[in-house]
Amino acid sequence: MPARPTTLSILVIDENRLRASVIEAGLREAGHDNLTIIHDVTGIARRIAEVEPDVIIISLENPNRDMLENMFQLSRAVQRPIAMFVDRSDQAEIEAAVEAGVSAYVVDGLKRERVKPILDMAISRFNAFSRMARELQDARSELENRKLIDRAKGILMATRGLSEADAYGLLRKTAMNQNRKISEIAESLITASGLLAPPEDE
Amino acid sequence: MSTKPQIVAGFMPLLDSALLVAAKEKGFAEAEGLDLVLVRETSWANIRDRMAVGHFQVAHVLAPMPIASNLGLTPLAVPTIAPIALGLGGNAVTVSNELWARMVEYGAAADFDPDRAGRALKEVVAARAARSDPPLRFAVVHPYSGHNYELRYWLAACGIDPARAVDIVIVPPPLMADALASGAIDGYCVGEPWNTAAALLGRGHIATVKAAIWRSSPEKVLSAAAKWAQDNPKALASLLRALCRSAQWCAQPANREELARILADKTCIARPAEWMLRGLSGELDTGGGDRRHVEDFFVPFAKAATFPWKSHALWFYSQMVRWGQVQHTAENATIARETYRPDLYRAALKPLGTALPVANAKVEGALRLATPVGSAGASLTLGPDGFFDGGLFDPDQLDAYIASQKP
Repeated sequence: MPARPTTLSILVIDENRLRASVIEAGLREAGHDNLTIIHDVTGIARRIAEVEPDVIIISLENPNRDMLENMFQLSRAVQRPIAMFVDRSDQAEIEAAVEAGVSAYVVDGLKRERVKPILDMAISRFNAFSRMARELQDARSELENRKLIDRAKGILMATRGLSEADAYGLLRKTAMNQNRKISEIAESLITASGLLAPPEDE
Repeated sequence: MSTKPQIVAGFMPLLDSALLVAAKEKGFAEAEGLDLVLVRETSWANIRDRMAVGHFQVAHVLAPMPIASNLGLTPLAVPTIAPIALGLGGNAVTVSNELWARMVEYGAAADFDPDRAGRALKEVVAARAARSDPPLRFAVVHPYSGHNYELRYWLAACGIDPARAVDIVIVPPPLMADALASGAIDGYCVGEPWNTAAALLGRGHIATVKAAIWRSSPEKVLSAAAKWAQDNPKALASLLRALCRSAQWCAQPANREELARILADKTCIARPAEWMLRGLSGELDTGGGDRRHVEDFFVPFAKAATFPWKSHALWFYSQMVRWGQVQHTAENATIARETYRPDLYRAALKPLGTALPVANAKVEGALRLATPVGSAGASLTLGPDGFFDGGLFDPDQLDAYIASQKP
């Protein structure tokens, strides 16, 4: 009896294109070439019928999980029964997946050993993506803070006739005295000067 | 330093998350010594998964979901209990403007009358079948939902076979109005504010309401992981009291505006407060430019609206059997019945002195009028609670009821 083709057919459903491409890259590096990536569930039944996926990976952010699960149970479009990955994984793996924000469905009869590496890859890529998004957010707020401090310095230089170094020193001292961040002091100062500015300003 | 017990609760952005949301926002949970943390979710599947891995101890769920879970019908099934209901009613059936226009040709009127709307819909369905047009497609939010069962009950009672004469698909509530406008579906049954959304945006017309199909009928419950409930009886009892007080607050007409604003917040439903007011007041826009009052559209507190009746659990079970989701056995019926826990509800709420029904189950649909019933604590009035077709569900006659149902 001929063996099933060695490459599993994997369908990734993710509305976040950037994350989808991060997952795609990971799976391709791991040698999974039979990949389909979709960002939108419109016409999903037809796509599933065409692709005949062995494994479906979906983000927990996607509001269509209830629709998909119902389709797996009922639809004639899905020719092979599809179950949630949990049937083939242990508690720790389920937790890791939920923590990472990913869920997976696998076709009936697929061995746990074949699914696990794919799921592990999806989990690690989801986590890496969240980390990246967090770092980006941090970098963005860092930049925002620097802009706030520059504006506050400018206000102090203009209104109090301070040098740039003295303006920064004053902000820093105030922050230390009040046990707050310099960016917070800067923000308060900008707000206050905005309130006190003549009405034609802005 | 005492630390408050923390309870993490999952919820979906729907009007009837009100009891849980107000329990937190209006300080009822805190007054009971609880640190209640609310987490908004995007699907019922997520709520189920996160309950299973212990992220959530409790959740706002569709009333049949804990039963389905205990019957092993859903993945990641962990033992779950329903110790309190989160109000009665709150749903409606909305159809596309095109379908409504056809229904009006066959006698439908903007009065939410399920009998009249159903008869008109039957004619439309028959006319389509005669022309070999594809069947109408309706959406509900989940296979194990009050929406699915009341839509099917209504269609079947009007002579439309829900399994063959129409398609029934699943669509998430916030996407319903868009799906209707795009023509992907012809109608849907969903909770508020997602009917009002279509009516106010001119995308659809409300054909009938849950309160007219089955008055004072169950919709959402608070589900709790059975293991957690067993290990934390005090925290659970505190939460039930907080929810009961919250329900009382939500029911006050004077609090509607504030409640609507809380629900409209971007961390909750993230839609205009005006949309929330429709369901809270029962003053619904039909979608045709006029507005109608629906008696008991959404009942948060009165009529023992938070009591987890075993007859509600068994009616949902009877519908699971009816639509082929589960085999009827005495054992399965027992699992369904035992999922709802009026005993825990009574024990927790006794100190509040609110009305507590003496019975655990009642004959559903039996009360044609508001009727005083036996209660402990304050006096209690139940009903009217009729099914629109005059049906009666006696939980003691479960086998006969199931046998009499047309598939």
